[in-house]
Order: sequence, then C-alpha cells, then structure tokens
Amino acid sequence: MSKFLKLTAALLCLAGTAGADTLGLGRPALPEEIAAWDLDVLPDGTGLPEGSGSVEDGEALFADYCAICHGDFAEGVDNWPKLAGGDGTLADKDPLKTVGSYWPYLSTTWDYVHRSMPFGNAQTLSDDEVYAIVAYILYSNYIVEEDFVLSRDNFLEVEMPNADGFIIDDRAETEYPRFAGEPCMTGCKDAVEITMRAAVLDVTPEETKAKKVQQLVDATNPRNPAKAAADPAPAAEAEPKAEPAAEAAPAAAEAPAAPDPALVAEGEKLFRKCKACHQVGDKAKNRSGPILNGVVDRAAATVDGFKYSKGMVSAAEDGLTWDDATLRAFLTKPKDVVKGTKMSFAGFKKDAELDAIIAYLSTFHD
Amino acid sequence: MSQRPTSRRAFLRGSAAAAAGAGALATSARAQSADPLITEVQPWASGLGDGVDATPYSLPIRFEADVIRRNVEWLTADTISSINFTPIHALDGTITPQGCAFERHHSGAIELRKQDYRLMINGLVDRPLVFTYEDLERFPRENHVYFCECAANSGMEWAGAQLNGAQFTHGMIHNMEYTGVPLRALLEEAGFDASAKWVYVEGADASSNGRSIPMEKALDDVFVAFKANGEALRKEHGYPVRLVVPGWEGNMWIKWLRRIEVLNAPVESREETSKYTDTLADGTSRKWTWEMDAKSVITSPSPQSPITHGTGPLVITGLAWSGRGAITRVDVSKDGGITWETARLAKPGERMAMSRFYLDTDWDGSEMLLQARAMDETGYVQPTKDQLREVRGENSIYHNNGIQTWWVKPNGEAENVEIS
Repeated sequence: MSKFLKLTAALLCLAGTAGADTLGLGRPALPEEIAAWDLDVLPDGTGLPEGSGSVEDGEALFADYCAICHGDFAEGVDNWPKLAGGDGTLADKDPLKTVGSYWPYLSTTWDYVHRSMPFGNAQTLSDDEVYAIVAYILYSNYIVEEDFVLSRDNFLEVEMPNADGFIIDDRAETEYPRFAGEPCMTGCKDAVEITMRAAVLDVTPEETKAKKVQQLVDATNPRNPAKAAADPAPAAEAEPKAEPAAEAAPAAAEAPAAPDPALVAEGEKLFRKCKACHQVGDKAKNRSGPILNGVVDRAAATVDGFKYSKGMVSAAEDGLTWDDATLRAFLTKPKDVVKGTKMSFAGFKKDAELDAIIAYLSTFHD
Repeated sequence: MSQRPTSRRAFLRGSAAAAAGAGALATSARAQSADPLITEVQPWASGLGDGVDATPYSLPIRFEADVIRRNVEWLTADTISSINFTPIHALDGTITPQGCAFERHHSGAIELRKQDYRLMINGLVDRPLVFTYEDLERFPRENHVYFCECAANSGMEWAGAQLNGAQFTHGMIHNMEYTGVPLRALLEEAGFDASAKWVYVEGADASSNGRSIPMEKALDDVFVAFKANGEALRKEHGYPVRLVVPGWEGNMWIKWLRRIEVLNAPVESREETSKYTDTLADGTSRKWTWEMDAKSVITSPSPQSPITHGTGPLVITGLAWSGRGAITRVDVSKDGGITWETARLAKPGERMAMSRFYLDTDWDGSEMLLQARAMDETGYVQPTKDQLREVRGENSIYHNNGIQTWWVKPNGEAENVEIS
C-alpha cells in the first residue's frame, strides 16, 4: 500500500470513530473540566478522592457548618432533616428516616455532603473536611466509635444498617395485575360513608380558606355583606409586657461597667454552641431560636416576629425576665426553668462558662 | 344577574327549573328587570383602553390575581428548598401556563445566562464533549407535550384527607409543550458505549441534583428541552435547559442540566436512595419507582372551586394522566363509587400528556361524593386509596395515585374527604 493510500485509510478510520452520523457539534471536554464537574461517588467507592477525617474534627466542623439546620447532634432543627436516630422505626407509623436508619450506601452521604452541602455554601468543604463530617454523622448514629477516622482506605468497611432494606420497583408484579380489567360501573358497593374530612384536620393554608369562604359568601348571597368571621387573631398575644422590662432597668444600671474583654472573648467561643439556633449582632435574624440582642435583663418572649412555645409565653405572662439568676438557671437546664420550651440544649455546667456566655450576650443591645 | 340560555335544551331546562320554583337566579330564563350592564352605556364601551405596549409582556388581568401558585408552609423548613402547587382548580384545557406551573427547588431557582451555559457529556463515550446553548439549537429539533408530576403529589394524603383543595392535593403537576432535542442525539454525537447501562444526569445549581436513568429510557424518549409553551423556560423551571423524562417522576427532570455521564452502574445519589423511595408496611422500601401511574382528579367542582350557580346544568371537569401511556377513558361517580358514568375526553389521550375530561350534567342540589377514575392504554385502572394501602401500607410518601373524593354539599361548597 502506498503511503498516500495508508494516509487516506487512516483518515477514513478517524472519521469513522467520529461517527458517520454525527454533526460535529460541541468541542472536546478537557480532562481538567471533566475533573471539575465529574464528582459523583458510587457505592463501590468509584470517585472517592484520597483523604481522611476523624469524628473529633467532624464534631467541630459539624457545629460550624451543619448544626444550624441539623442540630448539634444531627437530631434536626424544626423541619430540617434529621440525620441521626430512627433506628428500627421503618416499619412503624411515621418512620424516622436518617443516614443511620435508612440510607443504604455511605457513598451517598459523602457525595451529597461534598457536592451539595453546606446549604447556601455548597462545594466549599475540603475532601478531608467531608470525610470528617461524614465520620461524625456515622458517630451520631452509633455506627462508629468516637476515635474513628474515616478514609478512602476503610470507606467500604463501614456497614450501613439499612443496606439490605431496598427492593427494586415491583409494581408490575404486585400492583398492575390487581389494578386492571373492566371496572365496575353500577352497584359497585352497598353504601358509602364519609370516614375522614380535611376540614376537621384543618391544615390548609389560611389565606386560601378565607378566600374560598369569602367567594362562597359573595357568590351565593350577594346582598349579604356578612364577613366570614374575619376577626384577625389579636396581636396582643405577642405584646411585650412593659412592666417587667421597666423593673429590670435599674438592675441593669447596677452593673454598668463594661464586661471583662477576656470573659467576653471566652463567651464568644462558647456561643458556637448557641449559633445553631440563635444569632446576635446587627444582621441577626430569628432562626429556630430568637435573636439574642439585648436579651440580658429583657422580659421573656418579647422578640418581634418569633413564635415562642406555649411554655415560654406562659412563663412570660407570669413575669419571667432574663436577669442574671434566671439566665444562669435556664442556661444550665432550660426545661427546668421553662416547662415546654422549644430550646433543646444540654446546658452549661460550669459557673465560668455561665459568666462568660452572659458577659458575651450583655455586649449586644437591641 | 341573568344568563342567556345557550341552547334550546338549556332554555327548556331553565324554564322547567323556574317553573318548579327552584328560584335559582342563575338558571332563570327571564331577567326580573333590565340589566344595566346592557341597557346603560358602560365606561369601557365609551372611553378608551390601554394602547399597545402598555405591557410589553403581560401578566393575567388583575381580576385573575388569585390564580397563582401556592405554598404549604408547614411542609418544608424553608422556601429555598421547597415546593408549591399549580392552581389546577382554576385552569382549563391541558396546557399549564409557565407562570403558574408548580416549582420545586432544592437550593433555590438560580439565574444562569445562556452565554454561561455549558452541557458536558462524559463517562463511557468515545468523545467527551462540551456543548454551548447555541450548539444545542443546531441539533434537529422536536416538539412534544408531556406532563411533569412530582412523585410526592398527593403525598400528604396517604394517611387520610388533609388538604382542602385540588391545588394542594394534586397541584404538583404541570403539562407543557416542549421544544428541544432528543437525548439520544447528544449521546450519539459523543459516541456512547453501546454496552453501557446507565446515564447520570446532573443540574448546575448548588443542590447538584442528580439522577441515574437506565440507558434504555435515555435512548427512548428522554428529551433535552429549552423551550416550553413556545417560549424560553422560566428560571424556576430550569432556564435555559432542563431534562424532560416523559411519564417519570418530576425529580428526574433535571433543571439547569449541566452534565450527562454514561456509566455501567447507577450513582445511587441522595435523591434516588434517601428520597424518592417508597417504604412499605414491613419497613422495606422500593427503589427505582420511576413511572407515574395513571391518575385523575376533578378540578371543578372542588374545595377551591365550589358550585356557585345553583341547580341545573353543571360541568364537572378534571384532568387525567398516565406515565405509562395515553389516557383512554375516565369515569366519574357522584355517589362515592357506587355508580359510574363515562366522562367525555376533550380530545383523544396522548402518551404521557394530560387529558381534560368533562361530564356535562344536571345538578339537582343534593349532595354528591364526586370521584374520577382514569384508565390508560395498558388497561390499568386507577385504584382507590384503600386498594393502594392494602399493597403498600400507610408509610409511603410518593406515588399516591389513589382516587380522590370531593364531598359537594347542597350549598355548593366542596370538601376533601375519605369514604368507606
């Protein structure tokens, strides 16, 4: 074969690999581009990078990055996902599905934390940080011990409790034969009774319900301007009690001296435990706990726009004020001071911690 | 207010009702006194309206301001990772306007310019490729109408009647006409490994939502769309490019599609393991439950769309769809499933697209327990909720396609109920 012919053949071959039917659209993806986007990790560990992280490091990282939604112990805050617990509940009514009780593959947790978390700041964790956070999530589910270090090398050794809990969709066998055939058209049952009503449960968004009632009233009785019980809930419930706050003012005046800066700094560190739920400072917002600006010596349950527990509201009605003594007691064991408070916090155990956290909080004013 | 009879039949019926002393205003054939809306010159019949360009791109007229998506706050922790509901109770026909089509985000609706859009194909392919938006527009294009239903649609109703409105019980659905290119064309362009079993598709937003799809489906009808109902996708639906996976659960319809990877195994991502799996009564869970089974709902009358016109002619209407083919028939019951009548399909059913049905009836003012029951081309008959619970128990979240019941009361009001 001549050189010319060989070359032509080679060219034809190349064209062949590009496919006779292709349009030649797009451009080759570069290896570094693929590396940047192809991050998924499969159950067999494909895609896992080198690295490792300990439960201990994971606990600190979790407190910083995850606890605001998932709780200090991965127990979940408000409606945010619970990552721990629920062991053995899958066959119960309302099973609790967590990484420990439900997720079949550890790769899924690693992949998700790596690519999609933290919420609002995704893809900022280093590989080692992801290993550490995943190790802590395993620890919070009692799957590993507190001295555990997760790495690529031991990744596949971790046994997920619900690994065998899944079957592939079997509707074709279990359902489709049952739900087929010519359906009944007359005399299909003897009698019918209403067994449950949505209006009894009453969880439909209010706005819609009010509108519907109003529409119905308008439509069916245009001459009757009667309002559909549009008596708005009085805002008075959330009204702060002025008196206790006023009484508290002299108490605050007794200790006008600026708090010890070292104590404040210590308190700032401790506040990390509170940050999951509470914010302070100019940009503070109510999260799962209320803003804590000006909390020291303030009447309880008086932050605008925060929905307090019934327990807290009733304690406030009884005149609870966050003076030094009540704050100390509350921060030691919240539920002893306010029955039914939503605040789930293990409590500060040392006086020095209480001194520091209260000193820190006292630096934030409304 | 009076209504002119639209046909001789309606006129006769109206007269009969009036003669019977039903006294329902809407059906009286003869107005009591002349209607000033007709006898007096109205402002709009005398003055002028808006000029062209008053609204270069318009929203619905203000009188329709309540036809909007709605959220159920207690369902999720935050609207950034949440869902809202299409106002199906107030729509007709089958095409859902984009502006009120339900949204579901995991990390919020992002803004991604066409110029910044890239789509990568990698994995088991001869030539890993990157496409720009412009590249996609140079592939041969197709148009298809498909419904997109969240697997969790009606999920709150598993244990019993909860939410009082078709928007909330069945509104995690929309139906649009898409323009785009078949995924097969893109895979062929990259030269995929014919023995590969899966593709993994992934979005560009911070949730990095990704799902594994069997190659068979990917080559069959999966579709890369960049237009819906003739115009660009809305931001909240994945502008500029989303995946369309006909008949399969909405979570797989990746928005802001950025990557397609050809693989030999599923990724088992969060959304296909911890979510979108169906726990049965014994605690084991089904996975890969992709298809949306045949389902229907009466959109009017319904709790948000009560009967306001009194007795006489009544149009009962609703929607039906199946992820396994075309709707062939919808039956309607007024007595909670004792007797059924076959409704009229507005047009023959189309595969994996919504059908609109009507039952034109005469309401005597007595209470009704309204139900609809869909059938599709596979012979599947939409089951009752109890039939589903017999197989699956009550702990499921997804894939509730059970028959819905509305209790219509003599005053025309309707309520979501469960019946024996």
